Amino acid sequence: MQTTDATSNEQQELFCQKLQQCCVLFDFMDSVSDLKSKEIKRATLNELVEYVSTNRGVIVESAYSDIVKMISANIFRILPPSDNPDFDPEEDEPTLEASWPHIQLVYDFFLRFLESPDFQPSIAKRYIDQKFVQQLLELFDSEDPRERDFLKTVLHRIYGKFLGLRAFIRKQINNIFLRFIYETEHFNGVAELLEILGSIINGFALPLKAEHKQFLMKVLIPMHTAKGLALFHAQLAYCVVQFLEKDTTLTEPVIRGLLKFWPKTCSQKEVMFLGEIEEILDVIEPTQFKKIEEPLFKQISKCVSSSHFQVAERALYFWNNEYILSLIEENIDKILPIMFASLYKISKEHWNQTIVALVYNVLKTLMEMNGKLFDDLTSSYKAERQREKKKELEREELWKKLEELKLKKALEKQNSAYNMHSLLSSTSAE
Amino acid sequence: MAGAAGPGSGPGSAGRDADDSLYPIAVLIDELRNEDVQLRLNSIKKLSTIALALGVERTRMELLPFLTDTIYDEDEVLLALAEQLGDFTGLVGGPDFAHCLLPPLESLATVEETVVRDKAVESLRQISQEHTPVALEAHFVPLVKRLASGDWFTSRTSACGLFSVCYPRASNVVKAEIRQHFRSLCSDDTPMVRRAAASKLGEFAKVLELDSVKIEIVPLFINLASDEQDSVRLLAVEACVSIAQLLSQDDLEVLVMPTLRHAAEDKSWRVRYMVADKFSELQKAVGPKITLNDLIPAFQNLLKDCEAEVRAAAVHKVKELCENLPIEGRETIIMNRILPYIKELVSDTNQHVKIALASVIMGLCTILGKENTIEHLLPLFLAQLKDECPEVRLNIISNLDCVNEVIGIRQLSQSLLPAIVELAEDAKWRVRLAIIEYMPLLAGQLGMEFFDEKLNSLCMAWLVDHVYAIREAATNNLMKLVQKFGTEWAQTTIVPKVLVMANDPNYLHRMTTLFCINALSEACGQEITAKQMLPIVLKMAGDQVANVRFNVAKSLQKIGPLLDTDALQGKVKPVLQKLGQDEDMDVKYFAQEAISVVAQRLRKLDFPVKDSEEHRAPGPDKNHFLRPGMLGEDTGKFLSLMSRQHKETERLAWLLRGQ
Repeated sequence: MQTTDATSNEQQELFCQKLQQCCVLFDFMDSVSDLKSKEIKRATLNELVEYVSTNRGVIVESAYSDIVKMISANIFRILPPSDNPDFDPEEDEPTLEASWPHIQLVYDFFLRFLESPDFQPSIAKRYIDQKFVQQLLELFDSEDPRERDFLKTVLHRIYGKFLGLRAFIRKQINNIFLRFIYETEHFNGVAELLEILGSIINGFALPLKAEHKQFLMKVLIPMHTAKGLALFHAQLAYCVVQFLEKDTTLTEPVIRGLLKFWPKTCSQKEVMFLGEIEEILDVIEPTQFKKIEEPLFKQISKCVSSSHFQVAERALYFWNNEYILSLIEENIDKILPIMFASLYKISKEHWNQTIVALVYNVLKTLMEMNGKLFDDLTSSYKAERQREKKKELEREELWKKLEELKLKKALEKQNSAYNMHSLLSSTSAE
Repeated sequence: MAGAAGPGSGPGSAGRDADDSLYPIAVLIDELRNEDVQLRLNSIKKLSTIALALGVERTRMELLPFLTDTIYDEDEVLLALAEQLGDFTGLVGGPDFAHCLLPPLESLATVEETVVRDKAVESLRQISQEHTPVALEAHFVPLVKRLASGDWFTSRTSACGLFSVCYPRASNVVKAEIRQHFRSLCSDDTPMVRRAAASKLGEFAKVLELDSVKIEIVPLFINLASDEQDSVRLLAVEACVSIAQLLSQDDLEVLVMPTLRHAAEDKSWRVRYMVADKFSELQKAVGPKITLNDLIPAFQNLLKDCEAEVRAAAVHKVKELCENLPIEGRETIIMNRILPYIKELVSDTNQHVKIALASVIMGLCTILGKENTIEHLLPLFLAQLKDECPEVRLNIISNLDCVNEVIGIRQLSQSLLPAIVELAEDAKWRVRLAIIEYMPLLAGQLGMEFFDEKLNSLCMAWLVDHVYAIREAATNNLMKLVQKFGTEWAQTTIVPKVLVMANDPNYLHRMTTLFCINALSEACGQEITAKQMLPIVLKMAGDQVANVRFNVAKSLQKIGPLLDTDALQGKVKPVLQKLGQDEDMDVKYFAQEAISVVAQRLRKLDFPVKDSEEHRAPGPDKNHFLRPGMLGEDTGKFLSLMSRQHKETERLAWLLRGQ
């Protein structure tokens, strides 16, 4: 019997029965068992999806409980251990969810339910509560990208419709991220959660709450240290830039944070960081720029002289950006002295010809901005190098002397102990 | 003179002051502030030098405040600092001043990066022991309380690790406060903190009075074990081991077991995995009676868990579990309640489970004794020896000695050897290859006589296998066998058979003789090489197949170092010279190469030079590797990697020659 064939009252009854029917779970690891029953459930789920999306007024108050129960029964499960214990999301194919033929329809149904014009959050909140959301968030660790994609939309809708759950959702995401950064380094749904956050941040009211700023500084920035940054960097950078567009005074701490976590050995990540810095510079206010130009350009000058040509190239591309150029020009007296030595050096030494050509252009641009300063720096370059070398020697000297002092003290201590000893023994002898 | 100088007074100290002023703290601090992280890191790592140079007072008054105030650095620097400060007590003036180290460590215990925090906590724990009870209450306990009520989760997480070190020496009032703080952290809002508390629950329980354990720790344990997050629940399982050790059997039954039973059936596989993983510890902690009533049923469930990870973890514990059962009745328990599950696991769908089982199952022989082993275990071993996964077979074969001890070599040979022999003739060459690799191991376990009787013919048969990789491995295997059984054995059993192959109509088999000689000459020694091998090699120089001839040249080069001047001059050299005139360019090339090596060797024999140079002579020439298709005949460890390439180049040479 089809839901569409019955009269309204019967329909409602049937709807609930079919919901209950769909709470039965099947073992998809065993691909040959219960084939007929699986097919029946699939067909029923399809009917349910169609029923809620084509009919108005069918999501009545009494149905909520059964609906949420059916959804929970199907999607909430402990995710199995990964087939591949060394699963590398960048390299390996994900293990797809075996029960997808059913779960997909359940998610589809869930979304239609949430998006239905009849849907009433005030009733639904009795069932879609903190515990529900908590379980939903745990599913974001699913290895199956199709499932995560559904989850993303679902969570976004819930965040939009359930005002009472918003703070809770943010806090839980916060916890997931902290655990990801500091404990497990593994969570499959980071990119999806960040994508949702991107739109959440976009809607933050001004002035930003302390909670949000803390999230930025203590969660989003440290997240740049993650091993698998490449998997979610675009979303992460988007979130960061959203924050800065909301509140420009965050620029300085954000850039200092990025500089603190600047990659030391991973060139691929370094290129990502440079990309993010450029995104930030695109929206930076000139007053904020002044606050961070010194540490920032010290880092950029290191990147420019990186022996990894992609890093050097990415950094040198900053000089193709009109807005960044204008910022540099305004502050040329500060920036040129920082940049000069590395640019000068690599223009002579870099192994990659493209980089050398790019550096020549950059040097030319900088020279045009302030020829006098450029000439001064050129003529003092050698003296500067020598001064650095001398400083280096002095440092070595200092440490050597310290070592000697330490030895002498240790010796003295021994001697004095010995002297005390002999002193005591001589007095007792007297 | 200096004899009058006590510590800190007299003429000696004036000189020291002068030294100190040379290196004012400003300079040192400059170093700690240097722009280059590496330099800062270096300075921090030498912090003890700086402190020594400054002396205890200035370290306390100037260096530590500086460190406390300026802690904002890269985590790597902070980590080094946290580590250094743990050993700093002597440098600030001994235990009386240990509390001076607390402020910088307190800030370090609140940073985000886990490794830094953990190191700071470790150092704090170390320093806590150096505090007097009074100082502990005056300085250390307040610090722990501050951390425990910190705003950000990091400080509360750190606090969890500090309760147990200050509790034993605190007064009763303070003890109550400490317990209160710990309690609140166990129900902290942040899962990170609850995890930290759960992971320290066992450690904390151990320093508490028994009553407090029962009244306070057990409820905390029960709460954590039913936390909404499985990452918290699984840590409670760990704590369970420590708590169980503290309680009497009756208390255990009432207070802990319901929770543990529940954990073994938790809906999250991670928790069940933890129970399986900690099973031996749990078994010891709860004692034999509860083990029989509760743990064994739980273990049975874990052995047939729906997740392979859990089954594998449980399987790993099978042997230990059985060993630790009370000896009385042990056999019956294993036979009736464990073995049936093991029998099913032998054909588990997951290979990790089977590999785990194969690694422990042999250990049951000694526990169950000869008869049970023969009747019940041997069929399982046999099944596993035929398992499709090579690691399962390897695990069985490499533990054969356990079985040997229990049932004796005869029995073993009757039951298991047929399976091994069968594998040795497996249709898949990779399987044969795997068996060959076990041969030296088996030889060691079975002894020479038994080996000759049962396995020798197999080893020889592999020499004429139709897959090159197998012939190559067989050659290598012979060398290892000779190393095990000695030259006498080689001379009587191996060498004659190898040499006979020199007359084989198949040129590939004739080449195998040469490869064997290459591999065996060194192990067999000078005499066998010169008297038995050399004549055959020389004879083969007239072979009609060029591949054989150039391998003769290579073999002569290889065994050259084992021959004396007469043989080299009188026998080897003429043959090589003849080969040097060969019509085939490859033969010519290798002959010439061998000639130059042999000539070098001859020069040295005539004019002995330093030992160090002599060793270098027969090494392969660089050119040798540059030529395509000439990859090493010497059987090094790259063997398996190269074997396939070998086969191809061999075929290529064959095609080119059109034979």
